[in-house]
Amino acid sequence: MTEILQLVIYGLVLGSIISLGAIGVSLIFGILRFAHFAHGDLMTLGAYFALVFYGTLELPMPVAFVVALALTAGVAVLLDKLLYRQLRRSSPVILLIASVGVALMVRSVIQMVWGTSNVVYDQGITMPYVVWGLRIKPDWLVILGGVAVLVTAVHIFLQHTTMGKAMRATADNMDLARISGIDTERVVMWTWILGAALAAAAGIFLGMDTRLHPVMGWRMLLPVFAAAILGGIGRPYGAIVGGLIIGFAQEFSTLVLPPSYKTAVAFAIMVIMLVVRPTGLFRGRS
Amino acid sequence: MSLLQVSELRGGYGSGADILGGVSFRVDPAEIVVMIGPNGAGKSTAMKAVFGLMQVRGGRLTYKDQDITGLPPHRVVRHGICYVPQEHNVFPTLTVHENLQMGAFLRKDSPAREMERVYELFPPLKEKRRQEAGTLSGGQRQMVAMGRALMLDPGLLLLDEPTAGLSPKFMGMIFERIQEINALGIGILMVEQNAKQALGMCHRGYVLAQGHNRLEDTGANLLANREVAEMFLGG
Ligand SMILES: Nc1ncnc2c1ncn2[C@@H]1O[C@H](COP(=O)(O)OP(=O)(O)OP(=O)(O)O)[C@@H](O)[C@H]1O
Ligand SMILES: [Mg+2]
Repeated sequence: MTEILQLVIYGLVLGSIISLGAIGVSLIFGILRFAHFAHGDLMTLGAYFALVFYGTLELPMPVAFVVALALTAGVAVLLDKLLYRQLRRSSPVILLIASVGVALMVRSVIQMVWGTSNVVYDQGITMPYVVWGLRIKPDWLVILGGVAVLVTAVHIFLQHTTMGKAMRATADNMDLARISGIDTERVVMWTWILGAALAAAAGIFLGMDTRLHPVMGWRMLLPVFAAAILGGIGRPYGAIVGGLIIGFAQEFSTLVLPPSYKTAVAFAIMVIMLVVRPTGLFRGRS
Repeated sequence: MSLLQVSELRGGYGSGADILGGVSFRVDPAEIVVMIGPNGAGKSTAMKAVFGLMQVRGGRLTYKDQDITGLPPHRVVRHGICYVPQEHNVFPTLTVHENLQMGAFLRKDSPAREMERVYELFPPLKEKRRQEAGTLSGGQRQMVAMGRALMLDPGLLLLDEPTAGLSPKFMGMIFERIQEINALGIGILMVEQNAKQALGMCHRGYVLAQGHNRLEDTGANLLANREVAEMFLGG
């Protein structure tokens, strides 16, 4: 029983990190209709930005966190203006390939600047709390709390602000949004800001939970895509549920499979979903 | 002064062939103008041209004497023209209320007055205001679409087949509302398949065929025209 509960906790932490990434992938797909392959590397970039401000400049983590989110969002907006925007009139496949290129580029820059070895935010080992025989790392509480705050913020943004509603409207029907007077280029910009900031947060939380490495985000891309597809691509709320399911599935698979198969589990779920129910659990767009 | 003046409009989609080969029409203030024509004549394309949704390759569009040729959609709206497309004309995952709010996106002030007016014109929408537009019936969706387009208090409303696929009951109701909207001083340009009713209620009408003007006259004269009778009124 304790073992199962422990896995639930692992799954919750991993799943909520995946959810943050998947919300962004889902939003970007909803608006721009392409799978953003550089999303994992935006996660990595965010994690390293936080390292600069927390580790090197020794600012408090909350400050480093906010600055890293802002910088990552800035990079995404810049990438959109310089590259994706120019390709928006061509087919989604072109955009997808361009984003693979961006992914490689971002990773190379990270490797050049910060090297290829593992780094951690905090040296030394913090002792986990032990509650009813369950090990709970203090960082996990920070992560779960942070994800809860961010998801609530996204919800309020999408449901109660004009830009949030315009974003949902644009995802529904871009032509009709433009006809209604919505400046869809501004919507696109806010989509990148939101998606990239959430990716950065996911990267930082992942770095807190494990360690920083130039391919940390790239390795998360598959579970993140699996979560977005599971939730119905283009549906940010589905992506949250999808992320949690993938997180649990990956952790529970360790009961029967070696841990190195975790990613394969996400991949298998993604393929099964694409074959059986490509619109996702909650009727997303195809 | 005309409200909308379209002269010698030529163009198509992307780099494809010209769909419109030089079409001209106008809408005067507070007029109802109807456009009829066979399937594929280019009626919807002509409306999209006004809204910058197709490639204009020749001709000129003015609204209240201001040049709007080739402006992108979100700039055309600013002039006070609102458009209800033939298909996909609501935001399906937004509630009725949110659909109307999106219609008022450009307003700096509160759209409460317009919102009230739309709910008065279309009472069923008030009960369904919290419901997703995609779950409504065809007639109710058309009301949402027209309501959305009224939120900016436009000077000109473009309606592309507002009664397509509706039951006779809803059809009559939509035609009545269009006349009420027009009575508020809003000019209407409408494409319609139900030529008889549409020509019966309009001030002037145009017949389009194969991307060209075919006929132009008052609604009454077009109804009496033999060619129109044969083509659109079932002989
Ligand atoms: N998005 C598009 N891309 C390319 N061609 C198009 C597009 N939309 C319409 N067409 C073509 O343009 C021509 C005119 O179409 P349009 O929709 O304007 O006709 P219509 O008069 O509105 O017909 P209907 O009564 O069927 O609505 C048709 O041949 C159609 O195939
Ligand atoms: Mg049409």
